[in-house]
Amino acid sequence: MIYARKDILGIEELTKEEIEHILDLASSLKEINERSIKKVPTLRGKTVIHLFYEPSTRTKMSFDIAAKRLSADTYSISVSTSSVVKGETFLDTVKNLEAMKPDIFVIRHSVSGVPHRIARYTKASVINAGDGSHEHPTQALLDMLTIREHKGTFDGLHVLIVGDILHSRVARSNIWGLSKLGAHVTLCGPPTLVPKELESIANVKVLYNLMEILPDADVLMVLRLQRERQKQSFLPSLREYSVLYGITNEKLKKAKPDLLIMHPGPINRGIELAPDVADGPRSVILEQVTNGVAVRMAVLYVLAQRNLP
Amino acid sequence: MKNSRVRRLKDAHPATVLFKGVRVVDPANNLDQEMDVLVEDGVFKEISPRIDIPDPCNLKVIKADGLWLLPGLVDMHVHLREPGEEYKETIETGTQAAVAGGIVAVASMPNTKPVNDNPAVTKYILDRAKEIGSCTVLPVAAITVGLAGETMTEMAALIEAGAVAFSDDGKSVRSSQVMRRALEYASIFDVPVICHCEDPDLSRNGVMNEGVMSVKLGIRGIPRIAEEIVVARDIILAEYTGARIHIAHVSTEKSVSLIREAKKRGVKVTAETAPHYFSLTEEILETYDSRFKVNPPLRTQSDVEAIIQGLADGTIDVIATDHAPHSPIEKDIEIDFAAFGMVGLETSLAVSLGLVRSGVLTPAELVKKMSQNPADILGIPYRGICKEEEASFIVVDPNAEWIVDSTEFYSKGVNCPFEGKKLVGRVELTVCRGKIVFGRGEYQWLVE
Repeated sequence: MIYARKDILGIEELTKEEIEHILDLASSLKEINERSIKKVPTLRGKTVIHLFYEPSTRTKMSFDIAAKRLSADTYSISVSTSSVVKGETFLDTVKNLEAMKPDIFVIRHSVSGVPHRIARYTKASVINAGDGSHEHPTQALLDMLTIREHKGTFDGLHVLIVGDILHSRVARSNIWGLSKLGAHVTLCGPPTLVPKELESIANVKVLYNLMEILPDADVLMVLRLQRERQKQSFLPSLREYSVLYGITNEKLKKAKPDLLIMHPGPINRGIELAPDVADGPRSVILEQVTNGVAVRMAVLYVLAQRNLP
Repeated sequence: MKNSRVRRLKDAHPATVLFKGVRVVDPANNLDQEMDVLVEDGVFKEISPRIDIPDPCNLKVIKADGLWLLPGLVDMHVHLREPGEEYKETIETGTQAAVAGGIVAVASMPNTKPVNDNPAVTKYILDRAKEIGSCTVLPVAAITVGLAGETMTEMAALIEAGAVAFSDDGKSVRSSQVMRRALEYASIFDVPVICHCEDPDLSRNGVMNEGVMSVKLGIRGIPRIAEEIVVARDIILAEYTGARIHIAHVSTEKSVSLIREAKKRGVKVTAETAPHYFSLTEEILETYDSRFKVNPPLRTQSDVEAIIQGLADGTIDVIATDHAPHSPIEKDIEIDFAAFGMVGLETSLAVSLGLVRSGVLTPAELVKKMSQNPADILGIPYRGICKEEEASFIVVDPNAEWIVDSTEFYSKGVNCPFEGKKLVGRVELTVCRGKIVFGRGEYQWLVE
């Protein structure tokens, strides 16, 4: 078995082989989503609980669809509908849910490390659906699948990630994953949002001038800019951010013609990405969403496989 | 079932014991040699290479080969949580933990509920300590009312009530003007102002040291500069006003060099660090375990080395615990929301003895930093191991190996960063103000 772990908590701890195994599996499962009857019995009788401590539409929906297409029984708990609002600790919540014998927890939390602590506690598998500013492994997997479909290989591929790296779990997971697969990763944004320390922990380059690097990029990953960063004195204004780092067709004139433009969503149109770029020919943003379902099916499958008869 | 016994000071019996062949280490009296020590009715009667009592019928004789006899330790940075947060710790449990760790006097920080900013609270703490305490409690009063950083407390009245120092520990006095006035005013009394150095704008929402690990783990950072800027400010204020300051819980390389340079210039500054700052680094946060969340945060190996260098060259005068007990309610939650702090009373000597084994400090230097220096800084009369003086001392087995198990602690706090670790060196017996307040293992019976 290539993937023998109980959980999927982050890309950092995965090997190149494990990542490629999940991507291969996702490629083969993709076809199910194109059928007229989009369901296979693989996870029949398995219980998947989506435990979301932070609002999410796309990730939660994507996991839910993936689990249901594999015939798992799924249940969702979000902050507004559970005892979370009554002040129960997350460990108490998990202990209670654990008592109902789930097979897989899908967990999102605004604080880094929460899925890791839950994974140490529970016998069920844990999938990290995004923890704080730490990791979002399935997002990186779907990004890597999308890149692989278009570019064929990661060797020597130049991936440029632009935006608020400091607060981005998507960036962290992609940094680990892409560098393991052989891509060159450059991070770009204002120094207040791009910690230089990343150069000493991962094989990445940090740059502050977008136009210096944009012409070399094969893949451009644009991150969402949280509007509150302005109030926290990371930025003078959204307007100035958009002037310096927003992706427009004007700036893209200098880019390679086959540049792939990606965004994990949701997009702030007109801030980090101009609308005509988001909807333009180089954008693969909706393919990312499609691949998200396949990747999550693959992840659920490898974890459930551990205890399939 | 604990393999030790502890007593309240008021119920404990005066020590009448003869120690044979114990290594006495007491820099205050220039002692570091094997001696016989006779204690009668809680008073050192004789300290000499050989004491022979022809008829020791009423006397307990302890063959103390391999054991050390040290002056009782003084911990100048402790949170006893009473009044107000008795579910975390009380004066009773906190002083029990202290004597179990060889500490005979603790300075209690004022961030209780209510804050120790008026004589009624100071008196309450002292009365409770007298009633249920196992060691001496030295209240530290607030610099500003309610720790709000605005109005100075009535320092004369607080000292009259028993306060030994002033601190807004837990936060910095934000206004440089208020801090300057407080330093000027406190110099009437020749008591130290203890500075918690932290720029709250730079540290806001931070959880761990800002650097490689915080970036990797996606945890908000507390930069070193948040501490260093205020260390520099308070040194400059002390230099300007001529007042005496003591810098609490030094955690960074630059803080050490700022203090070193200030001392060279003759600024009246002393400094302390805590065992976790010379024995642990930020990597330990990798498990997201909030036991390791502390303020200032655990730093990096180069900071640890600088702290050790600062201890070795005398820049850092004191090892104090910053014992900060919390319950699982504050600790067993998401790391962002968890409280800062670690317990330390029952592990500090053992962790600090590591500095002796690694050759950083001599036993005498360690005793100075954990006993004589803090007493001198707080202005507490200090005699050490000296004939005809009331006996406050501890007996330590420097080679005893033990595994830290917080369920065995006297402290209510469970937030121990050394849980499960093997430590070497253990307190066997504690005598505070002549009374036997703590005994472990074969010395338990002495407490009866």
